[in-house]
Amino acid sequence: MRGAVIVAGYAMQESVRRRIFPVVLVLTGAFLGLYGFGTYKAYQSIHPFSTESLDGGALVDTQVLFSATLFGLSIFAVLFLGTVLAIFLTHAVVRGDAERGLLQPLVVRPVGRAALLAGRFGAAALVCAVYVLLVYTASLLITHWVTGWWPDQIFLPAIELAVAIAVIVAISLFGSIVLSAIANGIAIFMVFGAGLVAGLLGQIGEALNSDSLNTIANVASWALPFEALYQDALNRITADTAGFTKAALSLGPFGGAQPAGAWLWPYVVGYMAVLGLIGLWAFNRKDL
Amino acid sequence: MAAFRAQGLAKRYGNVTALGGVDLEVGEGELVGLLGPNGAGKSTLVKIACGLVRASAGTAEVAGAPAGSAAARAALGYLAELFRFPGWYKADELLALHQRLAGSEGGESERAELLELVGLTEARSRKVEDMSKGMQQRLGIAQSLVGNPRLLFLDEPTSALDPVGRRTVRRLLEELRRRGVSVLLNSHLLSEVELVCDRVVILSKGLVVAAGRTEELARPRGVEVDTDHGTELFASARREDTPRIVSELVAAGSMVYGVRVLETTLEEIYLEAVEGETS
Repeated sequence: MRGAVIVAGYAMQESVRRRIFPVVLVLTGAFLGLYGFGTYKAYQSIHPFSTESLDGGALVDTQVLFSATLFGLSIFAVLFLGTVLAIFLTHAVVRGDAERGLLQPLVVRPVGRAALLAGRFGAAALVCAVYVLLVYTASLLITHWVTGWWPDQIFLPAIELAVAIAVIVAISLFGSIVLSAIANGIAIFMVFGAGLVAGLLGQIGEALNSDSLNTIANVASWALPFEALYQDALNRITADTAGFTKAALSLGPFGGAQPAGAWLWPYVVGYMAVLGLIGLWAFNRKDL
Repeated sequence: MAAFRAQGLAKRYGNVTALGGVDLEVGEGELVGLLGPNGAGKSTLVKIACGLVRASAGTAEVAGAPAGSAAARAALGYLAELFRFPGWYKADELLALHQRLAGSEGGESERAELLELVGLTEARSRKVEDMSKGMQQRLGIAQSLVGNPRLLFLDEPTSALDPVGRRTVRRLLEELRRRGVSVLLNSHLLSEVELVCDRVVILSKGLVVAAGRTEELARPRGVEVDTDHGTELFASARREDTPRIVSELVAAGSMVYGVRVLETTLEEIYLEAVEGETS
């Protein structure tokens, strides 16, 4: 445990000293600025639109439809930015650092390889989770400031996004044991893309009532649970929305996603534990 | 108890045999030079000892503990042949990190002492990325000494050093011998090994082909005498023959100005042992 804390401190220091944070802050600031500006302009152009039902009541709540869709878009962006950060912090931790001669002086010390992996995971997961929570909160406040709308659930989606990023950190760390730095970075981006595509296929499958597409999406969600967490987070922001508004949301790419069910959390914990154990086994057998 | 002991140590990478069953021992406070051509298995041996590489067969112990165990790693210091430190670390910070990793309680005084030992006192606050290769190598040696290890594995510690830097390392090794630290020095610089090491072990193709003190491995090459008639070589003579040879020359009326007992050098021993193999 002591060793893991020391390694985590080293990894955090590395993030700060390599000026990763300032770059990330500038890019995130640019994203949030664009998101705020885009949301404001879009809301102005779409605000007069409404669909009335026959008896005069609102058939579709345009404020909810618009706000939830844009906030869903920002959730996707938060996940993407968090993924980029997670990959850059972890893609070269084992094989990449070993090839550059950075790892050997650390591994020879009596802290052990398990502590090294745990420390690296802890630091990267913490940094990425805090980042995701901050950007999520900023997006939420911007959306509310422009549209006056609050999601049906605020905290659980944020936590699910943070855990989704922790899953990506775990996958990237695992990949860094067996793949070179560049190969791992590319592989994790492709895995991330594959997960999202599978999620979209699931939505299409739901709309078309296609069992095949639904099965593909389900398998992908179990294999890559960050996707299930993301979908569940999307679902939760309009969890209490019903009727035509919910139906309209589910037609878009950023709303009305599928709930994950009660097994998601224990499955994610087990998934990361198994990934960690297999990674440690592979790392212990690896010649440096 | 030996500081390091390897018995039948072997390592295979697929069809390639890096080590073919090596027996080697480094005693307490002993400086042993590990020689051999590129690809002879020297770095593999050291990496197995440090727990970086898993042996295919045989055993290795560091201070009585199995190589790679936490107890073994706590007892050793290691400088890799190809290493790099994060460029953003200052020299003092790097040593502080390794103090924490090694569980050393030496604090600032230990860091200051180590930097002084390798001649980097002035570079204490300098970042690694602003250091020359030689300075980084000396910092690497200081890092390997953090926590006062009983046994030191130095893999080509002077490869990037200029003559002054090499002398600094030589003095450091002598200081370590005085302190009773055991050292396994992996080097291609035979003159350096000859100067500081108590024993040498020569590896070739993953096997020990010669081992012992330099004087034990050396063979007599005769006695050379400078006289007023020029230099005469008595090729079959040994050291104990020298007084007789000088007496006979003087009795014959020659003026003797100098006498040299010739033995094979470490370089000759090495070349003979590895049979001219280069890599």
